[in-house]
Amino acid sequence: MRRVHFNDIVDKVRDMCMDANYNLSADVIAAYEKALEKEKSPLGQEVLRQIMQNSEIAGKESMPLCQDTGLAVFFIEFGQDVSIAGGLLSDAINEGVRQGYSKGYLRKSVVEEPIFNRRNTSDNTPAIIHTEIVAGEDIRIKLDIAGGGCENMASLKMLRPADGIEGVKQFVVDSVRNAGANPCPPVVVGVGIGGDFEKAAIIAKKALLRPVGQPNARMEVASLEEDLLRKVNQIGIGPVGLGGTTTALAVHVEVHPCHIASLPVAVNIGCHSSRHKSIVI
Amino acid sequence: MSVKKITTPLTEDFIVGLKAGDRVEISGVLYTARDAAHKRLVQMIKDGDKLPFDLRGQIIYFVGPTPARPGMPIGSAGPTTSGRMDPYSPYLIEHGLKGMIGKGGRGKEVIEAMLRHKCVYFAAIGGVAALLSKKIKKAEVIAFDDLGTEAVRRLEVEDFPVIVINDVHGGDLYKKGMSEYSSL
Repeated sequence: MRRVHFNDIVDKVRDMCMDANYNLSADVIAAYEKALEKEKSPLGQEVLRQIMQNSEIAGKESMPLCQDTGLAVFFIEFGQDVSIAGGLLSDAINEGVRQGYSKGYLRKSVVEEPIFNRRNTSDNTPAIIHTEIVAGEDIRIKLDIAGGGCENMASLKMLRPADGIEGVKQFVVDSVRNAGANPCPPVVVGVGIGGDFEKAAIIAKKALLRPVGQPNARMEVASLEEDLLRKVNQIGIGPVGLGGTTTALAVHVEVHPCHIASLPVAVNIGCHSSRHKSIVI
Repeated sequence: MSVKKITTPLTEDFIVGLKAGDRVEISGVLYTARDAAHKRLVQMIKDGDKLPFDLRGQIIYFVGPTPARPGMPIGSAGPTTSGRMDPYSPYLIEHGLKGMIGKGGRGKEVIEAMLRHKCVYFAAIGGVAALLSKKIKKAEVIAFDDLGTEAVRRLEVEDFPVIVINDVHGGDLYKKGMSEYSSL
């Protein structure tokens, strides 16, 4: 049994929170460059150039890319042959978030209670943590910085199996259209199809963590992604909603087995500042 | 495209001359408020209390900045989604607010209030918060300190870049832009 110290996790999560909020990964920058080549609206092109300039300044000056430094959402694959010395996994993650958001001058955007007392917890905790036990002795931690503007545009619908692929496409296109300028396009559209109510939502969020534009390994799913991207970009919303041909940088679809009676579809939209990081401990 | 420069407060003449799609660079003072602060401001109006700043001719920027690093006036400071302010904005517009800066579409009641009282809705480019912060020269919390990032701040800005989304003649840049490029 491999042992990992609690503080190692804290330190890595702290650094990861800051890194994710200052530095876009190479896949995101490449997606901007590709979008700039294709965008037809001159104003849309100008917006894309400003988005790229913003990412340069943020990286260079260690400034948050966006003032909404998000809710920290973690997907953890925890090897069953590893144990943590000195504390609980969730405590280590939350301590890392606490330190990262304080040391990194990141905004604290979590209230302790949704309805009766919306008081800011002042340290951006608790984080949202999804844990999966896997084989091996590694801990893989993936982080998604989920801003409120795009998270608020998420939606889920329990379709009938008879609605089929056309029903799925319609729902995705309608969701992006309804979101309009709110989620800061060009967006990354995460789509979860199948599973049950909560599984569809979780895989839709997980889809946002894939390198931008990396297709699903299954050919038929990848072809659905391509088709959806083409349709979404025909809506005309464009960069930050001012009109244009780049409404989405990518559509990522994840699928999961489901009940014979069901066809759940979840859409989770990520803004142009697609802040995701992955580490292995 | 030409850029219209303006120093706050906004005058009705200037507002009437604006059209959806116009680029504007604002210098002077902006006040920040998000939904938590809006809720309190509206309650103060209803209770007949004095507001922390005189709304007349002013612009509210919907933003909750990141904390300032030592020696800097402010952290990253881009616009938040304006739709969350829709339940409150008509009250502030009735009481003299002349401009709003945010991102995303506005509801029917807000647009009606804007047309009736001559108030303009601008967007700043969403998600370019590090870039926009360079235009903010000074920031001071003037009310609701307990709200943290959501407190009301008085910002001094220089050539803060915005674009007119809804003018006072019924123009809507989001609708116009989308219809121009829609092929679905």
